[in-house]
Amino acid sequence: MSDTLLKVRDLKIGATIYPPGEKPRDIEIVHGVSFDLAPGKVLGLIGESGAGKSTIGLASMAYGRGGVKITGGEVWVNGRDVLKSKLGDIRKLRGGEVTYVSQSAAASFNPAKKIMEQVVEAAVEQKKFSRKEAEARARTLFAKLGLPDPENIGERYPHQVSGGQLQRCMTALALCPEPDLVVFDEPTTALDVTTQIDVLMAIKEAIRDTGVAALYITHDLAVVAQVSDDIMVLKMGNTVEYGPVDQIINNPQEEYTQALVSVRSIEHEEKAPTAEPVLSVRNITARYKGTQFDVLHNVNVDLYPGQTLAVVGESGSGKSTLARVITGLLPPREGEIEFAGRTLSPDLKGRSREDLRELQMIYQMADVAMNPRQTVGTIIGRPLEFYFGMRGKEKRKRIIELLDEIELGEKFMDRYPAELSGGQKQRVCIARSLAAKPKMIICDEVTSALDPLVADGILKLLLELQKIEDVAYLFITHDLATVRAISDNIAVMYQGKVQRYGSKSKVLSPPFDDYTDLLLSSVPEMKLGWLEEVIAHRKMESAGN
Amino acid sequence: MSPVVKLLAQRIALSLLLLLLISVVIFAGTMVLPGDVAQSILGQSATPEALANLRAELGVNDPPVQRYFAWLFGAIQGDLGTALTSGQDISEALASRFWNTLFLAFWAAVVAVPLAIFLGLVAVRFKDRWPDKLISGVTLASISIPEFLIGYVLMYLVAVKLRWFPSVAMINDNMNLFEKLNAIALPIAVLTLVVLAHMMRMTRAAILNVMQSAYIETAELKGLNAFQVIYRHAFPNAIAPIVNVVMLNLAYLVVGVVVIEVVFVYPGMGQYLVDHVSKRDVPVVQACGLIFAAVYIGLNMIADIVAILSNPRLRHPK
Amino acid sequence: MKNIPISALIGLFFTALYFLGAIFAPLLAPYGVGEVVGDVWEPASSDFLLGTDNIGRDLLTRMIYGGQTTIFIATAATLLSFTTGSILGFIAAEAGGWLDQAMSRFVDLIMSIPTLIFALVVLSVMPVTIPILIVVMGLLDSTRVYRLARAVAVDIEVMDYVEAARLRGEKTSWIIFREILPNALSPLVAEMGLRFIFAVLFVSTLSFLGLGVQPPAADWGGIVKENKDGIVYGIPAALIPAFAIATLAISVNLVADWVLNRTTSLKGGRG
Repeated sequence: MSDTLLKVRDLKIGATIYPPGEKPRDIEIVHGVSFDLAPGKVLGLIGESGAGKSTIGLASMAYGRGGVKITGGEVWVNGRDVLKSKLGDIRKLRGGEVTYVSQSAAASFNPAKKIMEQVVEAAVEQKKFSRKEAEARARTLFAKLGLPDPENIGERYPHQVSGGQLQRCMTALALCPEPDLVVFDEPTTALDVTTQIDVLMAIKEAIRDTGVAALYITHDLAVVAQVSDDIMVLKMGNTVEYGPVDQIINNPQEEYTQALVSVRSIEHEEKAPTAEPVLSVRNITARYKGTQFDVLHNVNVDLYPGQTLAVVGESGSGKSTLARVITGLLPPREGEIEFAGRTLSPDLKGRSREDLRELQMIYQMADVAMNPRQTVGTIIGRPLEFYFGMRGKEKRKRIIELLDEIELGEKFMDRYPAELSGGQKQRVCIARSLAAKPKMIICDEVTSALDPLVADGILKLLLELQKIEDVAYLFITHDLATVRAISDNIAVMYQGKVQRYGSKSKVLSPPFDDYTDLLLSSVPEMKLGWLEEVIAHRKMESAGN
Repeated sequence: MSPVVKLLAQRIALSLLLLLLISVVIFAGTMVLPGDVAQSILGQSATPEALANLRAELGVNDPPVQRYFAWLFGAIQGDLGTALTSGQDISEALASRFWNTLFLAFWAAVVAVPLAIFLGLVAVRFKDRWPDKLISGVTLASISIPEFLIGYVLMYLVAVKLRWFPSVAMINDNMNLFEKLNAIALPIAVLTLVVLAHMMRMTRAAILNVMQSAYIETAELKGLNAFQVIYRHAFPNAIAPIVNVVMLNLAYLVVGVVVIEVVFVYPGMGQYLVDHVSKRDVPVVQACGLIFAAVYIGLNMIADIVAILSNPRLRHPK
Repeated sequence: MKNIPISALIGLFFTALYFLGAIFAPLLAPYGVGEVVGDVWEPASSDFLLGTDNIGRDLLTRMIYGGQTTIFIATAATLLSFTTGSILGFIAAEAGGWLDQAMSRFVDLIMSIPTLIFALVVLSVMPVTIPILIVVMGLLDSTRVYRLARAVAVDIEVMDYVEAARLRGEKTSWIIFREILPNALSPLVAEMGLRFIFAVLFVSTLSFLGLGVQPPAADWGGIVKENKDGIVYGIPAALIPAFAIATLAISVNLVADWVLNRTTSLKGGRG
């Protein structure tokens, strides 16, 4: 037994891609990555999408997803080069020595089998434990991971437990065979922030208690800082920086790492209200057609000209429904909306062209917010034509101005949306809404589908444009860091109600109500030991009760 | 009542309702549409008295609703009326032909279903390699040729040139099973070819869909071998889509039978139907149409029932 | 248009060939359609390139005129099914509510009977003429087009870019023609190819059963029926239409496949 559990040397990974209308070709997606992992240690692999982090994680199990092939280098696990092992030996490695936790437990559990059967399967198959022992072990793990009713939860089917619980079951599945190494692949990314922290705590404690080593893969540096001993920063299949967690977080050497560390640290001075609100939402109660319960209860918020109101909440809080009510897509049951000094018709059909022009919207998925058969020029040009009757040269000139404002430029005019990157698409959507010269724009989770650095760029652009165009934003998001970066006022929503509302400084300062406290304390911070602090804080509170 | 039972009851009730509506459509289709039935039967040269007599006999003068219910209640009790052209009792004439048709369809299914599933698995196993490509090429070709032409091509090659099997599929009650099977070998081969391509392709898609699920990756990463992965994890989830595929294609096969029986002069219901369409014998057409529709609806219902029964979310509600 | 795959080129070539043959049938055919010019089932010769049929007519002539009839009926039925099906499908998707429900349930009902059986039931009381054939085939097949058109439109309908157009205040006509239609076109055009093939097979089957095109007019299914008795004597005249139908169907299929692939992969497609 060597003191290195996992040794990766000059790992190269290739894939076959199938570009439409062209011959398939091979590309390299990981270009020679090396690292070591000692028993019981945790290495964080971090990078944006396309960095190759999941691919590297799976390579430690000699596994390539889809058309992915390991093309070069060495992967040593417990002193054996697994890339040179026979298939039978690799099978013993998988599920025995190395196990895997995926991002989506909901998809990774077989829907037709009970949870317990799946959790113990590897342990029994690899002859590590008898069926009975494995089940007892699974129940212990369920309890340790904080699952409710650990004695019986294994008898349920995957669809009978919640997403956060299933993610913990997946962790139990990985730990059950007593492996030497667990690969965690974005295990908390799909969860709400208040659920994420519970799962994160459970994982961290399980790692500590079982002494297992782990590869922890995520795009969120703040998360990985809480659980790792070492961190490797990856970009486009290359190592950018590799070192102890303390050095990476507190003293990053590379520019890219510094950018990742300082992400979401945009400073924005809160503005005080200067004029009458441009938008007043009054006593709005709403429900969806054909349902029996209200998704919004008596909501009241104001948005001031040239300012930003952030509406923050988790999934199911009603924040996106509020946007639909304001735009007129969902007429409310009660209440009314005042906009620019007039009362808006509750229904989209009853609104004037002026109402529509002055109230624009930007969507979360820029991909589907643009007609794939129209060029960027057509997309941005349509509001100019539609609202201002612009044609020909005049229109072209304005389109170019707008393209310059969003930092893309004239050359993008004739491109189709599919030719743009995620961030560029969102910029075009911003330009389209600005083309209408609106008084306010609803931004619905506009940065959540983007990588952190790209999202930062979009937020900076939005702040910049707010100054130039004097437009107000209603900014809907689940991400508190974004809220801090951009808002003047904040409304915290929970179960269809406004839980807390006021200026940024007021909402983010104590004393908090329980939910806001939970929400705020759940947002991972870019500092070491944050998770322990929160755990300690919560334990103290619950002991105090 | 558990949700599964409720869903099943709903599904069965829906099928019955559908069948009832179909009977209305079939009845309306043959009665209310323009075109004088009596004129069609007797031809242009018929005398007005003959036409009037026939109309009275057909009950054309009664209100349509009354005629519909008379027909429907008769049909429920097994009385499908009498054929206009021969005066034969339809139920009696259909009975033996119905079993002949089922006999043919059954043996075609016995050959086609396992073969299609096996070839579907082969296509999955060699995805994007030559066996898969060959299979999809054959599929393209076989959906491009009508059934009756496949029938004649086979008849020409196998029965006439090679003389392996008889070119017409006459069967009667004096034949033993082997003789019967020998007689229907060619129609079985044609029907198999007709449904094979579709069934294979759909099986392939169904299995690929399951094999691409994340839980199959989980199973592979547990170190299970290929057999365990397929047997424990893919199979329980693939069974419903495959049964669905099989049932849909059996329904398709029932229709294919109509044409194939004509090609091979097989004494089944399909040939009986086509004969009487040319003779414009409406009661026979109605009866056959209703029976074919009932079988078709029944097979589709079974497919849905299997899907309901194999869905863990429905069997084990929250 | 510069990189059309070879399979699509072959498909285009043969499809064009068949359609041109159908259009210029009277110019191409060496004899009259009903003209008896030789003995029964003469083998191929320089006078009769494909031999003669069951009563001594030139088979090549019959095939050319037969192709004209078959292709004409199939094209007309496809156009009918296509316009009816896609217009009703789009209306159902746009309107939603009870209109959508009523139309969709009715289509479900019609589709729960096999098309051939339904056609046989209807044709047992209707006079079998070419216009009636076209209407019956076209309307029965329009149920399938309806389902596809509605499904495609509903899919596009919920896209954010359609919502964005609505929020902008665009009229329904703009939304249908500028936002939905360009994105729905490719699956619909590909479907049109498949519907055409289906119509060719269907009219051939009906004629073969004696319930389609009536003699003395020629069509491919009818030619099989007329010459099927020759099979047992080893005369393959009935197989020639098989070849024609199969090559036409495969050619159209290749073109449809290409249209679907080309448009879905256009600049990365719809996603």
